[in-house]
Amino acid sequence: MTALLLEIKDLFCERDDRTLFENLSFKLFSGSVLQVKGKNGSGKTSLLRILCGLYQGYEGQVKFFGHDLADDRECLHQSLTFIGHKVSVKQALTARENLSWYANIQPQLDANLIHSALVAVGLDDYADVLCQNMSAGQKRRVNLARLFMLPDANFEHSLWVLDEPFTAIDVEGVAKLEQRILYYVENGGSVVLTTHQTLRIKTVELLNLDN
Amino acid sequence: MANKSILPLWFYKLASPKYCYQYTTKLLPWFAGAAIALLCVGIAWALLFAPQDYQQGNSFRIIYMHVPSAILAQSIYLTMAICGAIGIIWKMKIADMVAYACAPIGASMAFLALITGAIWGKPTWGSWWVWDARLTSMLILLFLYFGIMALYSAMDNKTLAAKATAILSLVGLVNIPVIKYSVDWWNTLHQSATFSLTKKPAMPIEMWLPLLVMVIGFYCWFATALMLRLRNEILIREKRAQWVKKLVTQV
Amino acid sequence: MLRAFWAELKRDLLLSFRRRGDLLNPLLFFVMVVTLFPLGVSPAADFLAKLAPGVLWVSALLAALLSLDSLFKSDYEDGTLEQSLLSSESNYMMAMARALAHWLTTGLPLALLAPLLALMLFLPSEAVPVLVLTLLLGTPTLSFVGAIASALTVGLNKGGVLISLLVIPLYIPVLIFGASAVQNATLGLPVSAHLAILGAMLIMSVVLAPFAIAASLRMSVSS
Repeated sequence: MTALLLEIKDLFCERDDRTLFENLSFKLFSGSVLQVKGKNGSGKTSLLRILCGLYQGYEGQVKFFGHDLADDRECLHQSLTFIGHKVSVKQALTARENLSWYANIQPQLDANLIHSALVAVGLDDYADVLCQNMSAGQKRRVNLARLFMLPDANFEHSLWVLDEPFTAIDVEGVAKLEQRILYYVENGGSVVLTTHQTLRIKTVELLNLDN
Repeated sequence: MANKSILPLWFYKLASPKYCYQYTTKLLPWFAGAAIALLCVGIAWALLFAPQDYQQGNSFRIIYMHVPSAILAQSIYLTMAICGAIGIIWKMKIADMVAYACAPIGASMAFLALITGAIWGKPTWGSWWVWDARLTSMLILLFLYFGIMALYSAMDNKTLAAKATAILSLVGLVNIPVIKYSVDWWNTLHQSATFSLTKKPAMPIEMWLPLLVMVIGFYCWFATALMLRLRNEILIREKRAQWVKKLVTQV
Repeated sequence: MLRAFWAELKRDLLLSFRRRGDLLNPLLFFVMVVTLFPLGVSPAADFLAKLAPGVLWVSALLAALLSLDSLFKSDYEDGTLEQSLLSSESNYMMAMARALAHWLTTGLPLALLAPLLALMLFLPSEAVPVLVLTLLLGTPTLSFVGAIASALTVGLNKGGVLISLLVIPLYIPVLIFGASAVQNATLGLPVSAHLAILGAMLIMSVVLAPFAIAASLRMSVSS
């Protein structure tokens, strides 16, 4: 069962007097992966932030399950997990505290899965270590652990927006993450991501921002 | 969208920068002409023909500058906040631009009201500045204007800046009655029997009529200045639109 | 709805607790500014007693003001702010939790420290409870209104002075009623009307400010 998840119509965005994209339209059905490609500065991050409802300086329409983002953000935010460039963890909190905060403010995540998520990203020994004492890669893993906290039952209707998710993690971590994305997509989840890496996932739709 | 159709058609038309530009082209000469005529008549009437005040003599004539600028400073703030709200609710670019165009005009009016108040204060109270309730409220209003202008100029992205200043001016709008009430109250507490600038015993009609002319003249002047600033802003923001390019090449 | 509120509040308080050294800064500022007045004006007891209500209130206001700059800064920089805004729970409650946490970590300690400084400024002892009470009622308003300005400027690099420009005009009513209540108390006059008005301003700001804070934060992460 594939439903129309995202519908983008005539999207226009400019930054600092430079047009990033115009007349951009595409659709995304649930259970698919969309990889956004483009040179540095082509507007990949801006597009992803628009899809999340974080960047408001656009014209055009973004619809999530038929709800226009400009009027109804809640519908999207119930289903969204966004991994951006920023660390998105508090330095003065432990890994567990950070993740339980996430589970509280983003109820689609399950607090019972925190431990298994930490195991999945290889940080089970670091659960109660303050993030300021971790390496950059480890902090990144704490942030990525959120992707392992989404219960399987919530996969359908949910959307992951991942901006360069593979940066700052080692080869093993990349493989694990890729595996997780694959599992998620096969069970009905949808992903929009940017990456410079070639994905091993076969059914990837491409969106090129360069032309 | 369903909720938008309740608004009249001209509202949408005005929302288009091109239409707004053309529309103000027609309006501008009328308002400019009215402003010049009313201000000339008003000033001549006020300075030459209105009777002297029995207490203050000729010095009271500064009221003809002070009162209109004070009234305008307040109503421009209101205009700005309402436009800001429209800009936020209906995402209307023109409203943002009007709000932006309002701020410096309003600030200059508040400043003029303070200056004329000070000049009037010298012969009336014997000092250039008195912590009178109205003057203090006006000073705070000027601070609010400064805050809005500072915020706008601090932000590089002008769409966001418009949004930020709209929020701030709405917060200010909610606060203005509170500020005014508290300053009035503070003033009655600290000053006994002051001579208030405008709460005068009923003004005779010969004094009152030129004041009315001046107030209407000031409003026309504000409309003119606003349109001039707005049209500039439209051209700058829409510089890549076809009609602007055409207009510029014609000139 | 409350779940996110408590989660945000708990997180902010836990963060403040982990960096408890920073909690002292506004308090030290408060003490130092108050110290400047006897040095700059006059140490005479009767003179200072007259000045005390205003000096204490202005100094507390400035101390609360200075701590606003950092209210959303680190959350903005590390990206947790945008994650808060991506919550499907209401941003209104999140904004309220943040402002409340700010008050609990700055306004409340300031109010509790005030009696000590009142003593140093020879404020008559019968006015001290009123001073604490007005600060308890007034400083949350300062936090809620100030959080709006902090949210508006969090994305800019020149926050500090700009926040003061935006906020000081809005703080004037609180200052007027707070300081004059203390003044009245020194003269043995009734203060219940002042307290009622401070309470009304508090309720108004707690109810309305979170809307503006949330809208400003959404605007700020949009840059």
